Amino acid sequence: MANNILEMHSITKTFPGVKALEDVELRVAEGEIHAICGENGAGKSTLMKVLSGVYPYGTYDGQIVFKGEEARYHSINESEDAGVVIIHQELALVPHLTVAENIFLGNEVRNALGLIDWNEANHRATDLMHQVGLDENPTTPVGQLGVGKQQLIEIAKALSKKVSLLILDEPTAALNDSDSQHLLDLLKRLRDEQGITSIMISHKLNEIEYVADTTTIIRDGQTIETLDMSLPESTQDRIIRGMVGRELENRYPPKTGRQIGDEAFRVENWTVHHPTQPGRVVIDNAAFDVKAGEVVGIAGLMGAGRTELAMSIFGRTYGRGISGEVYKRGEKINTHTVSECIDNGIAYATEDRKRYGLNLIADIRHNISAAGLKKLTSNGWINTNEELKVAQDYRVAMNIKTPSVLQKAGNLSGGNQQKVVLSKWMYTDADVVILDEPTRGIDVGAKYEIYTIINKLAAEGKAVVIISSELPELLGTCDRIFTIAFGRVTGQMPVDEATPEALMKLMTQERTAKPAAASAGESH
Amino acid sequence: MSTPATAQNDGAETNVNSIAQSIKETFTSNIRQSGIFIAFIAIIVLFAFLTDGTLLSGQNVTNIVLQYSYILVLAIGMVIVIIGGHIDLSVGSVVAFSGAVSAVVVIKGGQPWWVGVLAAIAVGLLVGAWQGFWVAFVGIPAFITTLAGMLIFRGATYLTLENISLSPFPAEYTRIGIGFQNGLFGGNGYDVFTLVVFAVAVAGYIFTQFRQRAAAVKYNQHVTAMPLFIVKLVAVAAVVMAFSWLLANDRGLPNVLIILAVLVIIYTLVTTRTVFGRHVYAIGGNLTAATLSGVKVKWVNFGIMLNMGFLAGIAGVLFGARSNGAQPAAGNMFELDAIAASFIGGAAVTGGVGRVTGAIVGGLIMATMTNGMQLLGYEQSVQNIVKGLVLLLAVAFDVYNKRRAGGR
Repeated sequence: MANNILEMHSITKTFPGVKALEDVELRVAEGEIHAICGENGAGKSTLMKVLSGVYPYGTYDGQIVFKGEEARYHSINESEDAGVVIIHQELALVPHLTVAENIFLGNEVRNALGLIDWNEANHRATDLMHQVGLDENPTTPVGQLGVGKQQLIEIAKALSKKVSLLILDEPTAALNDSDSQHLLDLLKRLRDEQGITSIMISHKLNEIEYVADTTTIIRDGQTIETLDMSLPESTQDRIIRGMVGRELENRYPPKTGRQIGDEAFRVENWTVHHPTQPGRVVIDNAAFDVKAGEVVGIAGLMGAGRTELAMSIFGRTYGRGISGEVYKRGEKINTHTVSECIDNGIAYATEDRKRYGLNLIADIRHNISAAGLKKLTSNGWINTNEELKVAQDYRVAMNIKTPSVLQKAGNLSGGNQQKVVLSKWMYTDADVVILDEPTRGIDVGAKYEIYTIINKLAAEGKAVVIISSELPELLGTCDRIFTIAFGRVTGQMPVDEATPEALMKLMTQERTAKPAAASAGESH
Repeated sequence: MSTPATAQNDGAETNVNSIAQSIKETFTSNIRQSGIFIAFIAIIVLFAFLTDGTLLSGQNVTNIVLQYSYILVLAIGMVIVIIGGHIDLSVGSVVAFSGAVSAVVVIKGGQPWWVGVLAAIAVGLLVGAWQGFWVAFVGIPAFITTLAGMLIFRGATYLTLENISLSPFPAEYTRIGIGFQNGLFGGNGYDVFTLVVFAVAVAGYIFTQFRQRAAAVKYNQHVTAMPLFIVKLVAVAAVVMAFSWLLANDRGLPNVLIILAVLVIIYTLVTTRTVFGRHVYAIGGNLTAATLSGVKVKWVNFGIMLNMGFLAGIAGVLFGARSNGAQPAAGNMFELDAIAASFIGGAAVTGGVGRVTGAIVGGLIMATMTNGMQLLGYEQSVQNIVKGLVLLLAVAFDVYNKRRAGGR
């Protein structure tokens, strides 16, 4: 047991009315990458908050032994001093401050007079960035860097604090495949070269399989099992089984009952400019279409312009200098404002439900009715009884797990929040539904439910567009997939002909002299 | 009565909560809201005790109503501004400016009283539209827009009044602020008319409560257990009738109370039952999510500021009527009283949370305290310190509750 850097014994943490953790055991060996898996709400984040002192010693039961000594952290500062650094899913960087300023925030490099020594700070920041494989100017504002690089800067920041146990909460949730790969390789390198132990909370099973030495599965606040990932029986299916407590042979429900009809929605010649950088074309002459009862995927890497494409169409909520045409059942329609889109039966469920999708401080009921309030209104008065009934009906239909629709949306887990967002848009009676990363950050069980809902929408004859960076997801749910790269639609293929390799080739296709790759269509 | 265990089952027919559950729900569902009422009652009891009952004498209760009506009117508008995620620092100046224009029209121009009233409201609306334009369509934060407005309209007041006070208003005008409805049905030392009006209001309240309960049962919602529901109605009726008894024993039903009651009813409905009200909560809670849900954010913001101007115009009339004239320095610091009332009443600094009734109770807490301290002979300085501390503690209580509830 001497080689365990961290041991957490029978950790129990209760909140008023809820037992979030019950007798959780966690043993992390020195110099390993330890993955923690579990559905949302299983208690992974709570466990990490206990470990890092967010929940101070005394507010939980159990014992934490770090480096052979019992740890009693009363705050994050104490745990960081001991060498435990946690990197949260929502990055804690200040966008207007430079890379160096961010790295040394709260830990500033001072000279003899107590003033900040910027030369030294910038120099050390450059060193730290090299360690994580970054080659940026330390005086660049962090906000100008992509999410992937920001994540690496968070790690550089952790390294600056002499970290010996690095905790990453879903580090790749917002990253594209190549950035994710880079990050995972970095974790391996830190382990091999500097002996840094990492704990990684993740939903992405192939990443866990790739990077983790050991995996601990948590379900409903209890430790289910700890797997040695070098053993052959430690498969993804085994992990899933542990997480959901049931067999999940198929991650995607069968596409039954789809009857693909006539064209429902078409976008042509769609060009969008950057909102603040004049002359920069974000979407270049894009075109796509979707038929009634069809599920169409839009595959693209982070930064390819997927969300920008969707939001510029949906009430022009992104970009300026927008041109192009939108057709609904062959007729040209206006989509200048969100309410025009809603009236035209178009719905857009955002990729960032917490920031763009929900009013977290309002209750579930009001969130569900938010976009379809017109249906509940006569002469400007809302029928609040009907509204409650609608919310309760959706709670049952969508299996939103909550004691009451009067709960605040912010109290729900990610998967249930997503169901509220979907309920909101279903209630608008939209027949063109654009879903932007519909399963981001939600657990395997809830994902399956979301796919089932998507299937149901298609079976009802609605046209569904799914934007996703997870190719297996698109292949598992769509009938046809468009690819987008560098703001241009680079091709489309029916799902039967699509392979991850073929799609990835189109998703990385750089700008060529050949114009309008979109109309060239089946480049397969 | 159903057992508590089955009551949470959604599909079950048992949608009437047990008594114990109802009591628990009443207090736990919104600690902030019940907390504010408990605090209000505690403050009344405290000052009634300290002043040997003078606080609750008919004359004093009537005076409180007359003295603070315009702050309460402002608080209604302010809480809506705050729910929408804004703030309005200009209302004191707007009260002064609308009152000044009204005084010039009536006193200097010799127009009838109602022209003066309409002029004040028109000024309020124009100011509201002006500020709404900058906030909603140009995108200047309301803090800055209304800070500018505070200066602009104070200056405009001085210009309008040529730096001197104007008085007196004709009696018809001052009646709005200090007049009473009474004597219609006579009475022996007390005004029967006042009691009748309140009795009718209570009957109306009970009727709508029963109708709402019936509708809720029809829609298969949880409702309070019948005995508790009746206890609640009886308690409300008793408090309201006791209040009317106090008024009836003094000068009768104040006109400003009628105006205030109408406004409270209208704006409670506006905030809870209309699309506009819902949109105010939506943009205050999450602006982007509201935009992406089809809320016409600019027009809602414009409406919020326009409405605040409208209510400031009404408050200008009430203040002018009560002070029987217009002064260049009128309405000084009113914005702070209105803002404090909103926050004491449970509005959130970040927007998205708040209630009209909460702001009214918040305003009444401030009014009762101020009045009580005046009766006890405390100086202005002490009053200010106490009011400041109460504001601080009320918001601290709020923050504490949120932290406890959102610890997960």
